Amino acid sequence: MTQTLVSFSLIAVYSAMAVYTLAFIFFTVDLAKRSAVTPAVVEVAAAKSSAAGRATALLERVVTEAPVAARSRALKTAMALTIVGWALHAAGALLRGIAAGRVPWANMFEFSLTATAIIVGVFLLVQFWQDLRFLGAYIVGFCLILLGLATVNFYVDVIPLPDALQSAWLVIHVFVAVLGTSFFALGAGLSITQLLQARREAGRGGPGFLATLPSAEKLENLAYRVILIGFVFWTFTLIAGAVWAERAWGRYWGWDTKEVWTFIIWTIFAGYIHARATRGWRGSRSAVLAIIGFSAVMFNFTVVNLFFKGLHAYSGL
Amino acid sequence: MSSSRPSDHFDSPEPIAQPKLGLVGYLRFFWRQLTSMRTALFLLLLLAFAAIPGSLVPQRTSDPNGVAQFKFENPDLYKVLDWFQVFSTYSSVWFSAIYLLLFISLIGCVIPRTRHHFLALRARPPKTPARLERLAAFTSVETETDAATAIETATALLKKQGYRTEIYGDSVSAERGYLRETGNLVFHTALIGVLVTVGIGGGFGYTGQRVVVEGQKFVNVLGDYDSFNPGRFFSSDSLDPFRIALDDFSVKYELKNKDAIGQATNFVASVTTTQPGSEPTKADIKVNEPLDIGGSQVYLLGNGYAPTITVRDPDGNVVWTDSVPFLPQDANLTSIGVVKVPDGLAEQVGIVGFFYPTAAELPTGALASGYPDLVNPVLQLSVYTGDLGLDAGVPRSVYVLDTGSLTLQAGRNGPEPALQLEVGDKVDLPNGLGSIELSDVKRFASLDIHHDPSQLWVLFFALLVVGGLLTSLFIPRRRVWVKVVGSRVEYAGLARGEDPTLEAAVADLAKKHAEALSLRVKP
Repeated sequence: MTQTLVSFSLIAVYSAMAVYTLAFIFFTVDLAKRSAVTPAVVEVAAAKSSAAGRATALLERVVTEAPVAARSRALKTAMALTIVGWALHAAGALLRGIAAGRVPWANMFEFSLTATAIIVGVFLLVQFWQDLRFLGAYIVGFCLILLGLATVNFYVDVIPLPDALQSAWLVIHVFVAVLGTSFFALGAGLSITQLLQARREAGRGGPGFLATLPSAEKLENLAYRVILIGFVFWTFTLIAGAVWAERAWGRYWGWDTKEVWTFIIWTIFAGYIHARATRGWRGSRSAVLAIIGFSAVMFNFTVVNLFFKGLHAYSGL
Repeated sequence: MSSSRPSDHFDSPEPIAQPKLGLVGYLRFFWRQLTSMRTALFLLLLLAFAAIPGSLVPQRTSDPNGVAQFKFENPDLYKVLDWFQVFSTYSSVWFSAIYLLLFISLIGCVIPRTRHHFLALRARPPKTPARLERLAAFTSVETETDAATAIETATALLKKQGYRTEIYGDSVSAERGYLRETGNLVFHTALIGVLVTVGIGGGFGYTGQRVVVEGQKFVNVLGDYDSFNPGRFFSSDSLDPFRIALDDFSVKYELKNKDAIGQATNFVASVTTTQPGSEPTKADIKVNEPLDIGGSQVYLLGNGYAPTITVRDPDGNVVWTDSVPFLPQDANLTSIGVVKVPDGLAEQVGIVGFFYPTAAELPTGALASGYPDLVNPVLQLSVYTGDLGLDAGVPRSVYVLDTGSLTLQAGRNGPEPALQLEVGDKVDLPNGLGSIELSDVKRFASLDIHHDPSQLWVLFFALLVVGGLLTSLFIPRRRVWVKVVGSRVEYAGLARGEDPTLEAAVADLAKKHAEALSLRVKP
């Protein structure tokens, strides 16, 4: 029974990867189209409304909203594919969890599987709040690589949990850490776009699709709000981890390598939040901090897990 | 340089006369610098950076063996790094300097802000600006209601939304979100609280380790610990009186899942605890479930086998007997232990033993353990004779036998092969020294006893940190004005810092206000 569920889970994961690949292609096609067509779209929108003989006020509004309103067919297809891919991906994670009879994030493979599912899920949910579809290529591409690497290199069969992981904190601590990671990932994507946009606004060129994206300042504000949420989750991860460490290892803080890096990441993002209130640090500098912060998260997840000695050894890695 | 200046700029011929600073002036200058946001940010990022070396190099506190190994492998680099205190990064002078400066900077920031916030809490909302339309969020509505009613209704509405209000003529000024700054101050003060409780409170605690074999007991006095690390302010009076007897230690192994056969899934140490003035109580200690007893926590952090070994002289008199904890070396619990028999035999005898809970023969003929449970236990002993060095008064580890000055009598490359015993076996020692018997194999539990009176306080401050963070980040601080100008009612809002929902909030207020007014007019 377990074996059947595990193989179904793997089929779902491989299918999700295939669909994500298609979605990634359509996202990049959309970006390419934005580079080529955009100015014409704005003009058409403006011309249409003036041709219809509308009032001036209405014309103005159409022009200002045009870049956002123009949503290509490629983008719609990409979003639809991402939703389908995510459904398969989530089913894969769920089946894995049912097969193991526990949460599907107890080793590096499962963790990557679930973490990427949550990152894509957060990306999809965030669209209800803000239109961040332009990050699709970044998010889906990133998750695709991570999921692929984990499935090929870190796959392990279902085995029972070692004693140290048998705790309710496994559910809370790890899940919240993943949530924090997904918001940091979005924030880093926005900050990268912000840096590109700031370059373009300074007249130093850049890819053409930037013309269709929000201004650097708007991107900075969005990144800030997304990262704030990530920071709250990360703070909670840190504290929940300390409480669990006290139960499992007999001390709440012991400068284990993973603890150190969680602390470093927390400090970098605390710095990011303060940078926004410091003269001379707003804009591109704080964006660089956000990107460094997310790089540290990825470093913590990959290099620290694989090469550093510590107590957070993942079973069956 | 000159290119970045405006074209009509010219440098003053006279150098700028800086004011002369006395001692107090300089102190004030440095204090200002230290407590500035720029310095705080720099220190914060420096702290993150300074924490990195401690994750690259083994630390004395968490990995002392790693430090010893590092020293052995890179003796020269070790000296350099050790001089920089990299092996104890988090208590090093430079790391401490950074976080202490950061916290001083933090205190220097929190105190004036607290004073300022306290005053702001008691101040009245500010006067209504003359031209509301210049503010970020502005909207206006035509109305037929008289000014007094309109303002009165607006005031009631704003109060209901949690604003503090003040009426100035034909306008009401309202402010809300003081909790944002309160949360901010709580967050930063709680961080100081965490640091102080960890720094000072931790000094009153202690941690100690003890290996307890099934059937044996541990009494919480200094002499009964195998190793003990007291805090700075520890005194032996603060040891809570209790006794823990290990009745049974059980391990459950995975048998069904063929990918994980033999993986231990449940360790349980069943103990009987005794405290003065109360009956003995039974309890279980598990890996994620420590035992709370008398203000201390007892953790189960390790386990292994303790073969019961008896040594007799040639006449059959028992000269030495004990259950000796053998330290596990691998996942299948191949274990190594030492027996030292200083008296009672013709010579002093030292024995190094390998214990295999499930012995299996390798192709080379050597033994190995193939499974962690006791299926086919075998004890293999190398016997040495000579001076054990126990009489020199130098402390010796019970887990190590210094074989340098001893003569190998039985074992690999020795005159006789190693002794091999199964449970119940009794074999002769070489050279007619006597005999040795393996009568039983027990399990032992390695217990960690921790006492940290500050622990709950740290948790308390950590929760304050989260609470403060949430309120400081997600409660908006804003001012709103409602003003009657002729036949129009104007609404305007102003936020401290970035507030993406300000416009919506002002528009919503205008809508609700209009509704409230029309309700009043109708009947």
